[in-house]
Amino acid sequence: MLKHIIMLVLMVGLMTAVGWAQEEGTATDSVVQQTLAAPPTNVQAFDTPNDNGHSITIEWDISADDGQGLNNVVKYLILRSATPDGQFAEIGAATPGATTFKNSGVKDDEDPNYFPRETDFYYTVSAVTADGGAESEVVGPVRGEGQFFDTRNGPVLVGCLLFTIFTIFFIRKAKSGAKLYIRPLAGIDAVDEAIGRATEMGKPILYILGLGSAADIATIASFTILGRVAKKVAEYQTSLIVPCYDPIVMTVAQETVKTGYYDAGRPDAYNEDDVFFLTNQQFAYVGGVNGIMVRQKPATNFYLGKFYAESLIMAETGSSAGAIQISGTDEVTQIPFFVVACDYTLIGEELYAASAYLGGDPTLLGTLKGQDWAKAGVIISIILGIIAAVTGQTWFTELFHVGN
Amino acid sequence: MKRLIPVLITSIVGTVLVFSVFFPMAETWGEDFSLFFDIIAVFAFFLGGGNLVRVHLIKVLNKKGDWKFSIVTLIAFAITLTAGLFKFGSVDIAASVTAEGTWMQTIFNNIIAPLSSTMYALLAFFVASASYRAFRAKNREATILLIAAFIILLGRTPLGMFMTGWIPEWFSIAQIPNLAVWIMNGPNLAGQRAILIGVGLGVVAMSLRLILGMDRTYLGSDHD
Repeated sequence: MLKHIIMLVLMVGLMTAVGWAQEEGTATDSVVQQTLAAPPTNVQAFDTPNDNGHSITIEWDISADDGQGLNNVVKYLILRSATPDGQFAEIGAATPGATTFKNSGVKDDEDPNYFPRETDFYYTVSAVTADGGAESEVVGPVRGEGQFFDTRNGPVLVGCLLFTIFTIFFIRKAKSGAKLYIRPLAGIDAVDEAIGRATEMGKPILYILGLGSAADIATIASFTILGRVAKKVAEYQTSLIVPCYDPIVMTVAQETVKTGYYDAGRPDAYNEDDVFFLTNQQFAYVGGVNGIMVRQKPATNFYLGKFYAESLIMAETGSSAGAIQISGTDEVTQIPFFVVACDYTLIGEELYAASAYLGGDPTLLGTLKGQDWAKAGVIISIILGIIAAVTGQTWFTELFHVGN
Repeated sequence: MKRLIPVLITSIVGTVLVFSVFFPMAETWGEDFSLFFDIIAVFAFFLGGGNLVRVHLIKVLNKKGDWKFSIVTLIAFAITLTAGLFKFGSVDIAASVTAEGTWMQTIFNNIIAPLSSTMYALLAFFVASASYRAFRAKNREATILLIAAFIILLGRTPLGMFMTGWIPEWFSIAQIPNLAVWIMNGPNLAGQRAILIGVGLGVVAMSLRLILGMDRTYLGSDHD
């Protein structure tokens, strides 16, 4: 009997112990689930270098739980306050694994995105998990201050200054009467021939300024060439058609053509309606230009300016219409299309060179000479860079490093 | 005077924009100047619309060549302008002109977009005809172009791997897909960069001419 009582007591004791153990186990698990993530460490906030002062950069080491699975960090919240013990407000978030955030804004104090310069701020970074967030220590005060010079662009500034010196030297040389040799451009030499051909055939000349705005350098270069073409057209008494994609470009083109007619001594022959606005829808413009080519059969087509996907559609239509075609663009992806479909193509910088070339002014030619010498400098630098890279002289390539 | 003031404006704005690249304190000045461009652009829309109506109206009234096309242009312009100006089809006058259900959206989805896509699709045929002309092996350069293009075409299709997949790994550069990648990343990229360096220098030279007031053709005539 006693034996049975002892066994019963032992069994009850054992079951109770197991029950306690299970309860303890459950409690331990729930403690694990509710443990917050480790906060980000080594948080630093500093004035963003090389900027206008409206920005502060925050950096941190990721939380120990970032990417660890069970208690994974889902994002980092960046909090800011004007005082170390004040209310911290959320100003942005970063993805898991990120270690930097730029708190930046604009200078206009009426803009919702205003960020004041020279104002103290305190920051903290919170690692957020499914169960809540763990904030780092507060860092600060830190303030944004503008820098005078962006050191990242130092090599660019040196390059620009050297190029300007080259150019001014050759301009002065040209002004002093020295004869500068400028390599001939076949496309420009063909301009007069193309206008003459149109005159002989009694057909108009079509001049396309491309899809660029009046602020694009390629379009501005094209205006200069248009001026020269207009002058020749007025002298030869041929007609000129200039359909425009941009209203501002149209206005400038009208003035340019008018100047050409005045310079040729034939202001009466100028017709403002020859330079007109077509549309500013890319493919509608192509349709309009192609319609002019097919119906009026111009003898010469000029495509000079900024072009995109429409380049080949227009150039092929012009080619099939039997026109002599001269093109030029600085859009690298469109150059092959023009080379294939046109008789002459001004490749890249030749378009800008053409405007100086046609101007005929010695000072303009001086800039071309400066450009050629700068190109020689670039070629020498590339060769030296290859040699330096092969021989492990990284200091040389670092001289040309631009950016962070 | 008619030229002096525009040249001064060009020089000042150009110089400030160059400065804004190198001096962070001036970088917002560039943004401020670009606002002026936006303001001018708004007026330009009136210029463009006015010119379009005037040119085509004259054509129709004088019955110049192809004047019937001008009627189509004027009608299309009037319908689009009316639909946009009065926001026909929009339940809320404050809503976007291209909001769901508006006439403008209907015009765009059913007329402008399909017509633009049609024009763009024509590019495929023009590429074919241009390629035919370019790839005729009439001289040494054209022959190189033809061979390079042939490799690229084959390399971008499964046929390239099918033809040369048997070449062992140690000589995998001879496999057509790898050869195509080499042509694109080697000679092609080098050529493109050479053009881009030239363009960069040309832009600086051109900008210098404009800032210094040496190139003034874009300003038009001194004559009144």
